[in-house]
Parts: sequence; C-alpha cells; structure tokens
Amino acid sequence: MTDTFPRIAVRRTYKLYVGGAFPRSESGRSYPVTSSAGDHLANAALASRKDVRDAVVAARKAFLGWSGRTAYNRGQILYRVAEMMEGRRSQFAEEVGAAEGVGKARAQALVSAAVDRWVYYAGWADKFGQLLGGANPVSGPYFNLSEPEPTGVVGILAPTGSSLLGLVSVLAPVLTSGNTAVLVASEDAPLPAITLAEALATSDLPAGAANILTGRLSELAAPLAGHADVNALDLAGAGGLAAELEALAATTLKRVRRPGGDDWDDTDPGLSRIKPFLEIKTVWHPIGR
Amino acid sequence: MPDTVPGSLRAYLHGLPGVDEVGVGRRAADLATRSIKTTAKRSAIDLAISMVDLTTLEGADTPGKVRALAAKAVRPDPADPTAPSVAALCVYPDMVAVAAEALKGSGVGLASVATGFPAGRTSLEVKLADTSAAVAAGATEIDMVIDRGAFLAGDYRKVFDEITAVKEQCGPAHLKVILETGELVTHDNVRRASWLALHAGADFIKTSTGKVAPAATLPVTLIMLEAVRDYRAATGRQVGVKPAGGIRTTKDAIRYLVLVKEIAGDDWLDPAWFRLGASTLLNDLLMQRTKLATGHYGGPDYYTID
Repeated sequence: MTDTFPRIAVRRTYKLYVGGAFPRSESGRSYPVTSSAGDHLANAALASRKDVRDAVVAARKAFLGWSGRTAYNRGQILYRVAEMMEGRRSQFAEEVGAAEGVGKARAQALVSAAVDRWVYYAGWADKFGQLLGGANPVSGPYFNLSEPEPTGVVGILAPTGSSLLGLVSVLAPVLTSGNTAVLVASEDAPLPAITLAEALATSDLPAGAANILTGRLSELAAPLAGHADVNALDLAGAGGLAAELEALAATTLKRVRRPGGDDWDDTDPGLSRIKPFLEIKTVWHPIGR
Repeated sequence: MPDTVPGSLRAYLHGLPGVDEVGVGRRAADLATRSIKTTAKRSAIDLAISMVDLTTLEGADTPGKVRALAAKAVRPDPADPTAPSVAALCVYPDMVAVAAEALKGSGVGLASVATGFPAGRTSLEVKLADTSAAVAAGATEIDMVIDRGAFLAGDYRKVFDEITAVKEQCGPAHLKVILETGELVTHDNVRRASWLALHAGADFIKTSTGKVAPAATLPVTLIMLEAVRDYRAATGRQVGVKPAGGIRTTKDAIRYLVLVKEIAGDDWLDPAWFRLGASTLLNDLLMQRTKLATGHYGGPDYYTID
C-alpha cells in the first residue's frame, strides 16, 4: 500500500532565445511578470547589455546563411512557423489572454491572426522582389537590373500593447526578406514572445536568424541602437525613447523605422514593413553574344 | 645553452610529479571566473594587444597578405594611434623576407615557424636548413615543432638533441618550442615535454601549432606556466610561454592574463615573457577597446578581415 503523493508542479522557465539556444541572461537576473490584472504569472529573464551584444553576434553569424536561402525556401520556413504555432494554440491563447486582459474568444482571435500573419509574410517571401525591383530601361546596349537585398541585422523593439500579434507583425516582415533580427520583447508582456521563440526553434529557422530578448526596454534599447553591427532599427515599441534612439542610431548610419501608423488588425499590411529593411542593388550587364 | 639533466633523461622526466587532472581543471576554471572590468580591463586589453603574435600560417598566404598583416601589426587600429603595436608577426619561412621588409624599423618582432611546421616529419638536416634560411632572411624568432612521434615513443634524447641543434642554428634569434599539446595525450606528458624543452634551451615554450584540435587550453597553459616558474626557481633562467590557437575573444585573452599573474607571477606579464598566438583575436581586442572608448559596440565590418 503506497501513499499517493500530490504531483509536484513542473513550472516552465522563461529564458532568452539567442543563437538558436535558450540561455538564461548572462547577468543571471530575472524579473517578475504579472498579468494585466496584477497577478504573478512567471519570472522572465532580465537581459543585460551583454546579452544584446551576444544576440547581435549570433544574428550576424546567421545572416549569410539565412539571406542566402532561396526566397522560396524562406517562405516555406515561415509557413512552418505558422504550423508550429498552430500546434500551441491553447498555450498562446492563455498567455495572450493573461497579458492583455482580453476574453477567451478575443485571445483565440488574436492567436489566429498571428498565425495567419506568418502565412501572409511566407507568401511575400518570393514576391516582394518583383514589385520593388525589375529591369530598368536605359539608353545603351545594357541590361539594367534592380534587385532588393536584405539590409542585414535588424534590431526590433516589439510593440508594447500587442504581445503576440504585434510581435509577429514586426518580426515576420523582417525575416521574410532575409534579414536576421534581434528583438526586444514587450517589457510587460514577454511570455508570448518566449513561447513564440520555442515555436521558432522547432520550425527549421536557422539558429540566430531570430533572437529574442526579454527585459527592461530602457536598459536594452540604447546598446542595440548604438551597436555598430546592427544595420537597421524598428522602433515600433520604443515609446518615449524613440527620438533619443534615433539620434543614437544616426551615429552609425542605421536605417530607422519610426514608430506609429500601425494597425495590427490590418490583415493586408502589404510592403509597409518589408520595404524599410531592404537595399536596392542595381547591376549593369552588357547585351551581346 | 642546454643544461645538464641529472642521471638519465628518461628517469628524470618520469620522476616529475604527476599532474592532478581534476585539480588543474578546477584551478583553471576558478581563475577563469575572475571579473576584470573598467580600467583594469582597459589596461588588460592593451597588454594583450602588445602580447599578440599576429599569425598567418595558411597555404594561401601571398606577399600582399603578409604586407597587409605587417601594416596591421605595426598599427593595429588605424583610427586610434594610442593602440599599441603587437609583439610580433608570425609567418611561414618563405614569407620572412617579405615580412622583414614590411616591418623594417617598426620594432615589431618577426617570428617564423620552421623545422617542417606543422608536423615536423622531416630529417634533422632539413629542419636545420629550414631554420637557418628563416634566420638569414631576417626572422628574430623561430617557432620550432618537436618530434611528437619520437616523444610519444619514449625517445626523449632525440627530441632533446633536436631542440639543442635547432637552438644552435638560431644564433641570435629566440627559439620558441611548440609542444603541440593536442597530440601529447596526457597532462603528464605536457609537463614532461615542457621540462624537456626548458632543459634543452628553449627561450619560449608554446602550446600548439594551431593546426591540431584541441589547441591552447587553460589547463595546459597552467601546467606550462608552473613549469617555467619552477624552472626559474631551480636554475635562475626565465623562459616565456606562448599559448596559440583557439584564443579568439577578449574574454579568453584576459583569462590567460589572469592565469599568468596567478601561476607564474607579475614577472611574466610582459610581451618578452608571454605571447598569445592568434589571428582573429586582435580584431576582437580592438573591438572591445573601441567599445570602452566610444561606449557602443563595434562590428566586424569596421575591421580588416585578415
């Protein structure tokens, strides 16, 4: 006759996502995350400047590989992310509901929209090139071709209000064109971001293509904006820091997308978030035999 | 000049105390956790730069690449003249003449690998000719490899005599003896090879060629630092140490400096007695240096690839 013991809860540790692995913050710190109602949900890793730097190194390392994939293959992988998210629907819905204080039905709708957004940008992967580039007519015996290329490592400050849909809406367009990303998740609602990282890690996305940090925006944004090896900055969630960060980014000539003008519920945002993180390369080639 | 080993070489080397594998690993790991920040970090970075043996040992080395690297050795950061020069440039023997021309008057040393680097599988005559050609072309330091095959077979006398012969051939040039610890299998062997090279007249003992994994590690460097410390206590002659291969980040470099200070002592914290053999390390040191100066991190795009 054995006594039955109550089962010990298996609690999840929310960690960072850097270079395809899930490390704790280099600083060893964490911070409590509460629901919109103020209940304690979990402790998230409190990333440091050093974690920002490690993430940028990982993103740089991944850039050649990810941008070198065929557009078609990148589309397939983004679609795969949608598949992986679909399998974790209930977990996402629960976290989004707790973080944003919305009802079950609305949370489910937000998760559906986020999954659909991956599919949407997966479709864009091999199509934006035709819209932004093409053959230019020139007065000479030359082919003149313009082609968009990814900018490089993009630093993203995820929007604060929309913990999952907003996050996917800024991350997917950056990845679809072949950029690699270092994303700072919403400070108050980081849990869906880490769950997304777990979906990314199982979706054939190469290690380091997307890196997700959780922590204080005031601590992480400046080193990211000032880092010379970051090529572009999306300030979607910068809030009051935006002007200061833009000035910092200017010292190393980064492309900056200013915050504002975003409707996360818009199901067809088009090229608005793809185009800012592209460079147009034009080549001349002589016509002849 | 080689000193005499009491009794038979074999009995002497096998009479050395064994290495406590676990203890050495723990000691190295403990010292690696030491935190070096702000002003201490700044001076550690400058010291590490001045200890770098900037190395290019590729089959694809060209005179142009060697000249470019020589320019970098003299002035590592073109944007910042306060960055110190590196200790030496390390090249293959056939590139010594090119490097000597490029480094003339700069005060940067010129090291050449020799003796059939990296395997060392040639006859003694070839090894000696290799050495004297490099010295004649202007090398101020010779990095020789020991015959690991003879060492592992227990023919210590052959290894000893080779080092002695090469040392003689070096003339005024300093002799660094590469033990290639990655092929010596055990830490006991590393200690034996260190003492063998010390007695045979080495001016420096060096961990690795960089062509064999594992290359330099903290525990192996610790054992070699202990050997040079104890050798000086016993004979009064100071010998340098050079870990080479696999040291890529500033953090790694600073860990080695901590090891030098704690194991060998302050006397070895000098480019004359401690070197870091590396190629990619220098860029990371410069990046960290710039970070301390400007407050923001740099990227590899801002530094030369070689």
